Amino acid sequence: MSLFTRSLLRAPRQFTPTTRLLLSRYLSDSTRAAIDNAIATSPVVLFMKGTPEFPQCGFSRASIQVLGLQGVDPQKFTAFNVLEDEELRQGIKEYSSWPTIPQLYVNKEFVGGCDILMSMHSSGELSELFEKAGVLVPGEEGEAPAPSEAAEKKDSKTE
Amino acid sequence: MAENSGITAESLEQTIRNKLEASYVSVIDNSGGCGQIFEAVIVSPQFEGKTSLAKSRLVNTTLKEEIAQIHAWSNKTYTPAQWEKLKEKEAGEA
Repeated sequence: MSLFTRSLLRAPRQFTPTTRLLLSRYLSDSTRAAIDNAIATSPVVLFMKGTPEFPQCGFSRASIQVLGLQGVDPQKFTAFNVLEDEELRQGIKEYSSWPTIPQLYVNKEFVGGCDILMSMHSSGELSELFEKAGVLVPGEEGEAPAPSEAAEKKDSKTE
Repeated sequence: MAENSGITAESLEQTIRNKLEASYVSVIDNSGGCGQIFEAVIVSPQFEGKTSLAKSRLVNTTLKEEIAQIHAWSNKTYTPAQWEKLKEKEAGEA
């Protein structure tokens, strides 16, 4: 799980806490724009409670574990801790029309929450989705040659 | 964890049965009494032809007010056909 440390540190800080109270349940334009930016940070984005190293909710922990088991490339992953920002915590629910945290986005598209991740994980749909999105650590299963290996082969041919 | 939400497994079950025409509902209160953490299994013909995401969205919309009041909501959703298959599989494993 420590693989995710770097991606967490890479997470932008657009969601620093504000003193402004969230008066409305409806998304303000600025919150919507900030979430637009957040989901575009990486191909795989998880909004969670706590951090990948220290999840503060069992559902968030389970989701991180599934992403790890699937072999999601940490370079292509960013986590946002909704507990750090009340505006994000409420805003993301409206944005996704999804009432709970965690929430997973792949290539800016909402995939689902923890229950959906679990069921997609066991049905094989999730690995299919990740593979198609090209977000897995390359070359682990020996299926397709990793980009670096392919490049090396090409180089040796030209030599 | 938090003050009592006033929501019970029974009230959720009733709403799900009525609004989703569920043929089977099981709602478990995992909160230890405060009414904040629920886990549900729902079988409904209304799920026919829907993806997991669409099924959950339907449940979430149906229970929007309730879910907003509680801390944790988890649900597994099946069509009657999927549910039969699952039960057969479980029976085979037992």
